[in-house]
Amino acid sequence: MPVLWLVIAILALSAIGYVMGRSRALSSAGGDTRALHSLPSYYGANVGLTILAPAFGVLIVWLLVQPFFIDRSIASQLPDRAVSADTTMDLVMSDVRRVAEGLDVAVSEGAMTAQEARSIRTEFTDVRQRLGEVGVALGSNVSAEVLSAAQRYRSMSRIGNLLMAMAVLGAAIAGFGISLSRTHSEFRARNVVEAGVRLILIGAACIAILTTLGIILSLVFNTIEFFRLYPARDFFFSLTWSPSFGGGSELGIIPLLWGTLYISFIALAVAVPIGLFAAIYLSEYASPRVRSFAKPLLEILAGIPTIVYGLFALLTVGPLLVSVFGDEGVGWMQSGTAVMTAGLVMGVMLIPFVSSLSDDIINAVPQSLRDGSYALGATQSETIRQVILPAALPGIVGAILLAASRAIGETMIVVLGAGAAARLSMNPFDAMTTVTAKIVSQLTGDADFASPEVLVAFALGMTLFIITLGLNVIALAIVRKYREQYE
Amino acid sequence: MYDLPQTDSHVIHEDLKVRARDVQVYYGATHAIKDVSVDIADKTVTAFIGPSGCGKSTFLRCINRMNDTIDVARIEGDILLDGEDIYDPAVDPVQLRARVGMVFQKPNPFPKSIYDNVAYGPKIHGMAKTKSDLDDIVERALRRGAIWEEVKDRLLEPGTGLSGGQQQRLCIARAVATEPEVLLMDEPCSALDPIATAQVEELIDELRQNYSVVIVTHSMQQAARVSQKTAFFHLGNLVEYGDTGQIFTNPQDPRTESYITGRIG
Ligand SMILES: Nc1ncnc2c1ncn2[C@@H]1O[C@H](COP(=O)(O)OP(=O)(O)OP(=O)(O)O)[C@@H](O)[C@H]1O
Ligand SMILES: [Mg+2]
Repeated sequence: MPVLWLVIAILALSAIGYVMGRSRALSSAGGDTRALHSLPSYYGANVGLTILAPAFGVLIVWLLVQPFFIDRSIASQLPDRAVSADTTMDLVMSDVRRVAEGLDVAVSEGAMTAQEARSIRTEFTDVRQRLGEVGVALGSNVSAEVLSAAQRYRSMSRIGNLLMAMAVLGAAIAGFGISLSRTHSEFRARNVVEAGVRLILIGAACIAILTTLGIILSLVFNTIEFFRLYPARDFFFSLTWSPSFGGGSELGIIPLLWGTLYISFIALAVAVPIGLFAAIYLSEYASPRVRSFAKPLLEILAGIPTIVYGLFALLTVGPLLVSVFGDEGVGWMQSGTAVMTAGLVMGVMLIPFVSSLSDDIINAVPQSLRDGSYALGATQSETIRQVILPAALPGIVGAILLAASRAIGETMIVVLGAGAAARLSMNPFDAMTTVTAKIVSQLTGDADFASPEVLVAFALGMTLFIITLGLNVIALAIVRKYREQYE
Repeated sequence: MYDLPQTDSHVIHEDLKVRARDVQVYYGATHAIKDVSVDIADKTVTAFIGPSGCGKSTFLRCINRMNDTIDVARIEGDILLDGEDIYDPAVDPVQLRARVGMVFQKPNPFPKSIYDNVAYGPKIHGMAKTKSDLDDIVERALRRGAIWEEVKDRLLEPGTGLSGGQQQRLCIARAVATEPEVLLMDEPCSALDPIATAQVEELIDELRQNYSVVIVTHSMQQAARVSQKTAFFHLGNLVEYGDTGQIFTNPQDPRTESYITGRIG
């Protein structure tokens, strides 16, 4: 793995740079740290950073750009007849890449010499079989054009990697030289390091923001693509959800949204009162000793993976509900998977979420308000009801909205607990499904990313994203407004 | 000689309201109040003076059991209100606090409207039968708190939106609205301008007609102006207690004298 070696080389170089920069600064001051502008470690850090930053910058940019560049030039050299009527350029290019990878594997496993890999011809060798022997399965026979394109691909990649290594090492060495030559007692290494640290932090923030932006853009483009194939009116207003990959599917979001909202509603109806009361108990009544073990205990619930809750719904809560509300009991429930099952379990999942947020918010209400109320002869519950909760209410509403957006985005509990039937029904003991569960089922299996049945997943995701984004924005605005009150 | 409280001289035999005997307060290991015995008369203003940290607020909070809300606080000794031990397990601190009101050192209006701030206590204790009763109670309390003129047109605005001095007067109005028998005031004027201070002092004087008022203050002039009795605290001890005039003109204890003349900070 040449990139790994490159990274190790850069790190080693910058470690050497650190030591050299430090000692050079010290010797330029005659060993007296007081004569230096900055502490010696800053000079070292300056050299180290000046090696790291440009080298990694070049490396990252190169890694991003090279594949694009190679793809473009190979694609432009492909003869027209390589792309026959029943395929597209994309498919052919992915074949090319796959064959190139296969040749790499074959060479590295010793099944082929490098020379052989460069020169084999489809006329003389069954490439598909040769690659199959080393574990690279190809979907079809390799045409001559694809094979020669793959060979060109390999040689271009090799040259590219070589150039990259040279460029990266060059950048590192240049940084080394420049920063070391600037190191002397007058140099303001401390300020330079400060600026460098800021740049690194800005870089991290940019990566986070850009990734989010990228995700949103891919959602948006695929959603637009979907609406080109399927009318938006039907998507938003049709009351049926019945995808069929043969065509003629009805992809109405309403039954899914209904399931989502119904389950979330039940979950919140469970989580909000219990979570809130737990928070009030913990923050107002519990002694410090009880609090110190009850709070972490409650927060452990928040650390349980949702798939475990899903199992709990499937294996425990569902059968339990059936035994009461099923045919042997009241007769409302057909099977264990139902809105109620998923809603109850999701409610349990949200309890620690609501309670720990509310607990923080109730604790933020100043003690002086409690004192003021007690001093007027109010009891503890009067104080809580009439002074503390009103004061904390905006924050608690914010916490509930955040919990709601988690409930809406929850998937595993629904898949296991609520069933897969998209249904518009008022009965909470019916099986229903949600937007998230359907996104999963539309994308699993052999997905053809050109059909509306698959692309609908993006439209569903986009809708969900907008709903939860709206909820989060409102929640954060409320929480922030509340914070201002006491600051 | 200083460590022995001169218990007898602190005891008066007029209309007694609050009678404290050998009160000790500990905050964990800190001994904040040491052997304090004091008698607080009805229809009198009693001033607590003393250097910062000497335990004035702590002792004041003993009288309405506000120290119960502090986990580390521990109280020993007896405090009697109208002859009844307020630390008796049978006594409900909630009932007690309705009879012994308190105004805090820092204003702490509830995040409610000005009206609701004042109506809070009367509502809890069912003091008003009708809405107009309640309106009357609120208006009277706000007038006594010397803030009615400033807020009468904005009763429904939040109390937290008032200035610091206005908030403090709102808190005084809130405390008098429940008609307590004893009103404890912890430096009520530290955030007020001279005019509002004068108004509050007038209120204190008026309250004296019916109630017993205990006021903590750092202002000697204020203590001299409003109080009939003065107690001087020093390092958790009650050093001297007597008629205000006598404490300020003819203190018995050298510590009192140096504090009043400005030599102990
Ligand atoms: N909640 C508490 N926990 C621990 N110690 C406390 C607490 N409140 C007060 N103390 C201690 O008790 C002593 C008396 O404090 P107190 O607040 O009664 O003083 P004070 O006379 O009111 O002072 P000031 O004039 O500054 O208000 C101080 O030493 C203080 O540190
Ligand atoms: Mg105090």
